[in-house]
Amino acid sequence: MSTPEVAVIGFAQAPCLPSAGTTSGVETLVPIFQRALAAAGLDRREVDFWCSGSSDYLAGRAFSFVNAVDAIGAYPPICESHVEMDAAWAFYEAYVKILAGEAETALVYGFGKSSAGLLRRVLALQLDPYVTAPLWPDSVSVAALQARFALDAGIVTERAMAEVAARSRADAAANPYAQISGVFKIDELLDAPYLADPLRAHDCAPVSDGAAALVLAAGERARRQPRRAWISGVAHRIDPQGLGERDLTRVPSATAAAEAAGLPGDLDVAELHAPFTHQELLLRAALGLGDRVRINPSGGALCGNPMFSAGLARIGAAAEQVMSGRARKAAGHATSGPALQQNLVCVLEAK
Amino acid sequence: MDAPPLSAPLNIGFDYTRSLGPVLSRFMTGLRERRVLGSRTADGRVHVPPLEYDPVTHAPVTELVGVRPTGTVRSWTWTDRPLDGQPLDRPFGWALILLDGADTALLHAVDAGARDRMHTGLRVRIRWAAQRSGHIRDIECFEPDSGEPFPQAEPDSAEPVTVMTTPIRLSYTHTTSADESRYLRALAEGRLLGQRCPVCHKVYVPPRVCPADGVPTQEEVTVHDHGTVTTFCVVNVPFAGQRLEPPYVVAQILLDGADIPIPHLIVGLPADQVRMGMRVAAVWRDPQSWTTTPENIAHFRPTGEPDSPYESYREHL
Repeated sequence: MSTPEVAVIGFAQAPCLPSAGTTSGVETLVPIFQRALAAAGLDRREVDFWCSGSSDYLAGRAFSFVNAVDAIGAYPPICESHVEMDAAWAFYEAYVKILAGEAETALVYGFGKSSAGLLRRVLALQLDPYVTAPLWPDSVSVAALQARFALDAGIVTERAMAEVAARSRADAAANPYAQISGVFKIDELLDAPYLADPLRAHDCAPVSDGAAALVLAAGERARRQPRRAWISGVAHRIDPQGLGERDLTRVPSATAAAEAAGLPGDLDVAELHAPFTHQELLLRAALGLGDRVRINPSGGALCGNPMFSAGLARIGAAAEQVMSGRARKAAGHATSGPALQQNLVCVLEAK
Repeated sequence: MDAPPLSAPLNIGFDYTRSLGPVLSRFMTGLRERRVLGSRTADGRVHVPPLEYDPVTHAPVTELVGVRPTGTVRSWTWTDRPLDGQPLDRPFGWALILLDGADTALLHAVDAGARDRMHTGLRVRIRWAAQRSGHIRDIECFEPDSGEPFPQAEPDSAEPVTVMTTPIRLSYTHTTSADESRYLRALAEGRLLGQRCPVCHKVYVPPRVCPADGVPTQEEVTVHDHGTVTTFCVVNVPFAGQRLEPPYVVAQILLDGADIPIPHLIVGLPADQVRMGMRVAAVWRDPQSWTTTPENIAHFRPTGEPDSPYESYREHL
């Protein structure tokens, strides 16, 4: 029995906004489901499997993912699942579901109202609950500890970090869903005060409300659709949880995921989920991405970082590069956990 | 143009209690007695905080060794405005600290006073909390090392720490949908508002995206404050924050003109006389007190009308 081929056949996202919509997210999801399904040429009743990524901690609501099922129209009953992670991992579940022959089509979505609480404080609760979370280290401070290691080791410079921010914001000008965009001078960025030394505001992704949806289909089903990006490999790996247990300047889980996913040497585009500028530089090194690979033409998470859909949106943005013919081979990357602890790599090809 | 959606503060809290297991129990017991223990893995490395399993051999870790309460800052950042729950309420540094005798770094706060005093390589020492219970917060914070001697660690006590409690408090702003806001604003005027699905024509109270069709509902429908009990339960169990004396009845009430029941209280007859199909009416509080809340209705009371036949509500159970 041969492994079925699987392709991305549709993608849609909501605009990244500093504050938007209800805490439930249902009203945000309805229009993007419609747009993603229209792009894929599918009716909602033709979706065999629905899978979402979200977290109740984001908005302080119990069972928010059950509430979100309202946006689907779950009658007659649907086949549905959920991960308490970025929807890139829901994408992985749906991909495996199709590979296993249990579904021919799937819609994957992520959503969240990051602005409902104090995001960087809420994210302390993803840390070790015995020795770390009780101290409430916020996510920006944890990233700053990683950036300092990389600066002290001479792997990155504050200027190189500012260059990542400037390039991302310039590229985001062409992305109607971006929250931050525009032309910025490196020296002016470097004149700004530290937010969490050595990170300045431009080094950190904004707090974004948003959502994204992506449609997958197998083999012949995908071939019938107008546009598709074939998935040639997906893998995810994880590094140890303890922040002192690993070398924070390296990302072995990203390297291992790329190897397992078969990241090709002749990649045209990579969409990297790097919520902090230094993390893009660490990821490029971990993934072995040379200068000829175009990084984050969407502007990336630095220009809009809706929790639980920003990783899925990287896969969607990479797929759009392939579906539009701008790239023959593209990679979408997603991260989860503190300081790039867990990483997923998806390779997409035109074929 | 609609008024902006309603929003309100939402503060939630829970005290998480966690069993510690053999390794963390010894680590936390050690902190209570002002000593820091690390776990030694098969490669000879000492991990602080301790690991419960060897990441290479996967064997349970059994050997714990003492390390010094002094160490070196390996990486750091600075916090000008501390957040709720953090170790210090004045500007401080976060640092990954390699304790003398350990091979992995511990995350904690450094009370350095000023950002200029923080640097990679800074020598620091533990400041123990005055009250210690066997918790990571028994380390109040670290401070630049003065070289002064430490108080003697206390002798091993008989009672090991086996459980730790961590209070978690989170503050949110809950925001309703535009539909929910219209519903709540109508309640403040003493009206019950539903919306009809354009596909299946069912009326939802409160209004919501139609869960059967996945489309927004738009047509507004005023529903009545009389209805039928579809199902109910008798609450016999007391709990914190309870407003009525048990036993009392929480029922699903299908308001006349609606296709989905709302939950509410039934008051005005003994709990054991409430039944499916019973006709009830809303008892509104004093209009002076009405705000954008379903609590404007104190409860429902029986109307004395004949019960509705089962067929009239069986689609709504």
